[in-house]
Amino acid sequence: MDVLVCVKRVPDVAEAEIEIARDGKAIDESDLSHGTNEWDDYAVEAAVSLKEQHGGSVTALTVGDEDAEEVLRRALAMGADEGVRLDDPLFAAADAQGVATILRHAIAQRPYDLILTGAVSSDAGGGLVGASLAAGLGIPHVSLATSLEVEGTSATVRHEAEGGLERIVTLDLPAVVTVQTGINEPRYVSIRGIRKVAGKEIPLLGAPEVGLDAAALGTRVVLGELFLPEQGEGAEILEGGDDEVAEALVQRLHERGGLPA
Amino acid sequence: MHLGVPAPILHLLLLVVSLGVFGFILGRRIALLRAGAPDPRTDRAGERLKSLLVMGFGQSRQPRYLLAGVAHIVVFAGFLILTVRSATLLGEGFVAGVSHVGFAYASLKDFAALAVLIACAVLAVRRIFVRPERYHDRYATASHAGEALVILALIVLLLVADAFHEGALLANEGERHAALPLATLAAATLDGLSETTLGGVHLASFWLHNVALLFFLCFLPLAKHFHVLSALPNVFLRNLTPGGQVKPPRFDQPDLDEIEKLGVGSLEDFTWKHLLDFLTCTDCGRCSDHCPAYATGTPLSPRMISIKCRDEAYASYPVLGQPKPAEERKALVGELIADEEIWACTTCGACEESCPVLNEYVDKMVDMRRFLVDDGRVPAGLQGALADLEKRGNPYGKMPRKRADWVGKGEDATGVTVLGKGKGAELLFFTDSCAAYDPRVQDTARAFAKVLNAAGCEVGTLGKDEVDSGGEARRLGEEGLFETLRDRNLEALEERQFERVVTTDPHALNSLSHDYPLEQPVLHHSQLLAELVAAGELELAPSGDERVHTFHDPCYLGRHNDEYDAPRRVLESLPGLRTVEMERSKSRSFCCGGGSLYSFYEGECETRMGAERLAMAERAGAQVVVTACPFCLLNLEDAVKTSGKEESMEVVDLAELVERSMNGGPTPRESESPEK
Repeated sequence: MDVLVCVKRVPDVAEAEIEIARDGKAIDESDLSHGTNEWDDYAVEAAVSLKEQHGGSVTALTVGDEDAEEVLRRALAMGADEGVRLDDPLFAAADAQGVATILRHAIAQRPYDLILTGAVSSDAGGGLVGASLAAGLGIPHVSLATSLEVEGTSATVRHEAEGGLERIVTLDLPAVVTVQTGINEPRYVSIRGIRKVAGKEIPLLGAPEVGLDAAALGTRVVLGELFLPEQGEGAEILEGGDDEVAEALVQRLHERGGLPA
Repeated sequence: MHLGVPAPILHLLLLVVSLGVFGFILGRRIALLRAGAPDPRTDRAGERLKSLLVMGFGQSRQPRYLLAGVAHIVVFAGFLILTVRSATLLGEGFVAGVSHVGFAYASLKDFAALAVLIACAVLAVRRIFVRPERYHDRYATASHAGEALVILALIVLLLVADAFHEGALLANEGERHAALPLATLAAATLDGLSETTLGGVHLASFWLHNVALLFFLCFLPLAKHFHVLSALPNVFLRNLTPGGQVKPPRFDQPDLDEIEKLGVGSLEDFTWKHLLDFLTCTDCGRCSDHCPAYATGTPLSPRMISIKCRDEAYASYPVLGQPKPAEERKALVGELIADEEIWACTTCGACEESCPVLNEYVDKMVDMRRFLVDDGRVPAGLQGALADLEKRGNPYGKMPRKRADWVGKGEDATGVTVLGKGKGAELLFFTDSCAAYDPRVQDTARAFAKVLNAAGCEVGTLGKDEVDSGGEARRLGEEGLFETLRDRNLEALEERQFERVVTTDPHALNSLSHDYPLEQPVLHHSQLLAELVAAGELELAPSGDERVHTFHDPCYLGRHNDEYDAPRRVLESLPGLRTVEMERSKSRSFCCGGGSLYSFYEGECETRMGAERLAMAERAGAQVVVTACPFCLLNLEDAVKTSGKEESMEVVDLAELVERSMNGGPTPRESESPEK
């Protein structure tokens, strides 16, 4: 089976001090390191595992500039057969639906049985691309998969549903599945592994190659302003021994209706 | 009486058959070794000869276990003496009288045989009745005690047969000799027998001796007593590189990217010397008895690594028949040896230090990890730390630009200069990641910097251009990441001038000393402190601290870099300091739980190494554990907290202790809890 997996390069924000860039439209990324969106790592692992079980191929796709090649190389080092980078001046302003449109056009040109992507990206956090892509392609979709098995032309997916429920669904392939962290244990990618795929050519497709123009992209969501949340008030650090702290906490919860009287 | 024994044809037949069988088995064993990876071991013949004399013939590692060790020395020395006798008794089969090489030797070998017999009795009692714990590995599926007893019985048989062979002669002539106690004892039991019977005993014991001897010879290479033959060569071929140095992935391919299969995933990926280690393992259990991973109930027992690999080697390369193809075997890494066994090793080197035949373990562990890393099989906790090392140059995911924040500003300034490119200082303080970022260990770095400041040293540091030394990444098998980090540090170091490098982290000391091609000498802070003390550069006053202090030897300072004295000289220089040694100190030191990246690995265990070590310090009567390694400090402090001993135990770095004495008063510091 042929699996396509969509990945994204994001800044690492853990332990980092986030600052807003001067134009107020982005975070200042100059001091930040970057890497593959965490969820996408799980998606690549799921794709490569399926290839190991069923044969076929894995192709990783990303929408991004030259720097984004590193996430494709990582996917290649994990076992993907091919990486495709989608970049064009037109793509720069694409919103989530725009990204889905770009991916849809690139995907339409190749055979596939299953499309995987991370459930959400750690930077924008919209969780929109997977569903938009499925809608555009007119194929079934399930999000937040916590397990995934493929048999013949259908996939059985366990996924997180609203209200803390989990649901098991079976859907016909081809389909889009967005992957939740914890679905597997992504394999480690060593520096040697990355170096081994350093020479592999990564095709670059622009708007003309995928058959897109500005009109078709039509950005609908425009970023107004990005700002750090104001530091609020009312936080209180309880001090003292464990018993005192517990007592003080219970008392406050009672006072403010957090516990039944 | 004619007591001649020659029967040349029969004897020749016996010799040809047994030596043929022995040669064939040995040939198969050599074929196995030839299947291994290359490993150059023929350099530095002088040093090798010295090792052979001291550790091989001198058995210098044996007395660590006094009774068993001395008994083994007796058996070994006795065997050496008896070799002449055995050889001449074989000759006696062809020419009468060859075995009579003079009374002095006869007496010497008789006493030797008696001593060996007594030692064998002691060893048999230990095996059967005392059953020391170290002989019974918790992960062993089969006991080798039976084989040990067979060997003991064979030795006894050889000695007793020879005694009766000699005793029959003495009895026949009615002689007794105080200089031949064992033969005399045998003669006494033969008193009164006829000349014919004595001749029969003489002849029968001769054949019994020679048949047993040749059987013994062929039996040795089949099982754990191969060491009788291979231990001396194994010691001669020992690893002569410094303890803390790890072997390159391949000796025949320096370029990591050109290596087809990285690390050890199957038997033949081990070097031939490492395969010889497996064959030579005496199954004595000293390695596991000293292993902190085994002591704390992790899945690792170094001895079982050797035993399992030897069993696998014998099964895969049988004496009769073709080698077993790889696809018919269990996976060496993953099935025969579980991933968890391989990750449980802290590379402390206690096993290697205790091995009487100088088997190596750390290099094997690192080689197996290289395979796991290349295969993507790295535990999740370690993956995050390795990714942070790659992206931010430290395993904590901290921002590179904050790497030199510890040097302080204004009132808090330590006097350490953050060196820009092209700048220099007399001493370059390489902090490594832990001292740079961990709030508790920053205190150590600051204390050390203040001491240096007071001594008038000019100290600089690389600041944000320093990245992790990469030593631990290398020891976790991530060779490519190590190379990247090393090259970044080398670039930063080349851009600055300095005369010497100093570090408070023994892991950095080890890596910079052995993994980096640095021209400048690298010092551990204990060594520099000792130097300053000796030169009288430090004004030390009694701290008034009445508590008893004990020094915990960090593995990478002591065992791996052979520095046991410098920290002790510093302690001795502190006026009025009361000290005590733990039973397991210096080369027997017990690992605190592992440095750097090991704190990110959460394998299963029953107890924590730090807690075990703290208990050892308590048993020695100490109230303060002094160490000289940031990870020892953190692990032991953690043990103090988790066991609720904050009131009775303190853990302190050597530099902090010196700083207290410089301030001239007791100032037990308030320790912040390290950030997780």
